[in-house]
Amino acid sequence: MKRFLPLLLAGAMLVGYPAVAQNAAPDLAFDGDVNFLKTPDNVYLGEVGGVATNSRGDVFVYTRTGHPFVSLGGARAFAHGGSQLYQFDRNGRFVREIGKDAYGFMFANQVRVDPQDNVWVVDQMSNMVIKFDPQGRLAMLLGRKAEAINIPARPAAAAAGGGEGGGGAAGAPGAGRAQDIFDRPTDVAWDAQGNIFVADGQGNARVAKFDKDGKFIKSWGQKGSGQGQFDNVRSIAISAQGDVYVADGNNHRVQVFDNNGTFKSQIANLGNPQAICMTTGANPMLYVSNSNPPNDIDKAGEIYKMKLDGTIVGKFGRAGKAPKEFGTVNAIDCRSENNLLVGEIGNLRVQKVTLR
Amino acid sequence: MKRYLAPCLATALALCAVPAIAQQKATITGVPEIPVTSVPNFLKVPAGEYLGESVAVATNSRGHIFVYHRAAPTSKLWEFDQNGNFLKEIGKGYYGFEFSHSVRVDPQDNIWTVDEGTNMVTKFSPEGKVLMVLGRRPPAIGGAVATRTGPNPPAEKYIFCRPTDVGWDPQGNIFVSDGYCNNRIVKYDPNGRFLAQAGSEKPGKGLGEFNLPHGMQVDGKGNVWVADRTNFRYQVLDNNLKPIREITNLGVGWTICISPGPHQYVFHSNSNPNGNVPGSWDITGEIYKTELDGTVLGKFGKPGKNPPNFQVVHMMDCRNPNEIIVGEIESWRVQKLILKQQTAKAASAQ
Repeated sequence: MKRFLPLLLAGAMLVGYPAVAQNAAPDLAFDGDVNFLKTPDNVYLGEVGGVATNSRGDVFVYTRTGHPFVSLGGARAFAHGGSQLYQFDRNGRFVREIGKDAYGFMFANQVRVDPQDNVWVVDQMSNMVIKFDPQGRLAMLLGRKAEAINIPARPAAAAAGGGEGGGGAAGAPGAGRAQDIFDRPTDVAWDAQGNIFVADGQGNARVAKFDKDGKFIKSWGQKGSGQGQFDNVRSIAISAQGDVYVADGNNHRVQVFDNNGTFKSQIANLGNPQAICMTTGANPMLYVSNSNPPNDIDKAGEIYKMKLDGTIVGKFGRAGKAPKEFGTVNAIDCRSENNLLVGEIGNLRVQKVTLR
Repeated sequence: MKRYLAPCLATALALCAVPAIAQQKATITGVPEIPVTSVPNFLKVPAGEYLGESVAVATNSRGHIFVYHRAAPTSKLWEFDQNGNFLKEIGKGYYGFEFSHSVRVDPQDNIWTVDEGTNMVTKFSPEGKVLMVLGRRPPAIGGAVATRTGPNPPAEKYIFCRPTDVGWDPQGNIFVSDGYCNNRIVKYDPNGRFLAQAGSEKPGKGLGEFNLPHGMQVDGKGNVWVADRTNFRYQVLDNNLKPIREITNLGVGWTICISPGPHQYVFHSNSNPNGNVPGSWDITGEIYKTELDGTVLGKFGKPGKNPPNFQVVHMMDCRNPNEIIVGEIESWRVQKLILKQQTAKAASAQ
């Protein structure tokens, strides 16, 4: 295998986001319903950062609805708004908005529902992880929104290397600080004990672990491509045994760690794993989206179904704008193994996928 | 011209604009005037609401009027019935709305908006649900960025740079004019997949090149008509975006409309320039009515603050070629103009 590596890398540069497994993986028959969610008049989904269900089947969508604003006139420039969290019922009927005008809602990246039906949103711009209880009340906060913004914006690379949102001033690039200060966090997950794991993220390159009360325990990772290093931590999932599955986007892989961050294995050649989801039960499955880049629907876009050891069961879908096509998938809900909800950035929609 | 450059830079912009608008005077002569009347108080805007810069207007098959106007805090899409009564707002708070440029209604009555603030083209169902988006809004995660200057980066298949207009051929292929910072026409299949482009990010003067393609429509044969504004011309492209000809004698190519049906007419607007610079009212502002073959049938309209005169016509609806609805930038208004039938025949467009 190793001697083919240069060839694979060359292929990666030519084709974009190749998932090597795709040639071997069987196609899974599926249906896609892009009209599952019924939005009322004058409620419009923007780019869908996250979609998740609770135990009753209620659907939560955290979406970039746009129109954040920066105040003019003031000691500094203050920025607010830009994302909204909507709840629908199990039949796709609109229920309500949660967190309207919440201080940390700026650039939606993910929503997840924990086993107790608390709703957690991850905001990439306010650098916050916000927990709502099932009634929609604030329950816990991780991270802190910057008080003001820089104008003009500092380059993303500078922020990643030590921006005030988080940064690695005290350590290796992307390692972050030993606290709940994030730099473009992307996802959140929990183990059976309720410990909280934050994927951090697109600025930092680490996973941060907190206990169930939100107290920092540890973090691991730094920018790089070796074992235990990350380049764009995009998504995270935790098995029943407590193993931590981390979608390592620009390294085209999912890395698997034990509960304390010790590297165990990796599932490689996954293209651009931007969203992952793990089912529960006796025979858990892992879904991994090889999401197309937002500026191109002529490459990638398929979603893989695999066992937790990386054995591919099959794949479905491709990039595009029609039903049964996907536009830069950023979220997958897989509470039911063959009934998925897929959140798309490019098509401003949630697609209900039924695997036949 | 060149020797005026230094004093121009040193003095006010308005002084420099005079020689520039001279190019905007249409060179065609002997075109008969078509008498028009403006319907008084055509659109009934609800009390307490205001149209902003009314840059985009279109009608559907029932005669409903859609106005996509530059309002605060973002551009708004309003639907009126055929009598101008307000019906509803579509897309309130929608992600793809920031700074409007065009609205067009396709043969299935879907409503398409082109927004040059979000770089997005959006297809709404007749009921106002989002069916498809083209392009992507620059993500807010980038923070507040300075207005970009300098050469444009290479144009991408699926990313626009201040797009201006949208149209369809009889097969449902989608065409986008793009725009202020790209200088191209892009063709997509009905599902939004890239097929071809003419032009590039670079402005150019040759056939098939553009300098601010500002308006665009597709005729019943599938030919693509482009208002090539800063080149002071129109271009006609075939369905594969190969240039057929240019039209250089109708003034500035600000916007264009092609009526539907078996006998199509083309309306070209030599809009008066923004700012109403001295002298501009004397040589601009008229709209030309032509045949597809270039025969110019007549012209109507002139600049002015009050109806039936125009303040920078930005878009025309010509579903009925005898009732033209125009959206104006600088008077925040939409007028419906009734054209009197006329029989005179005139010179041809070149």
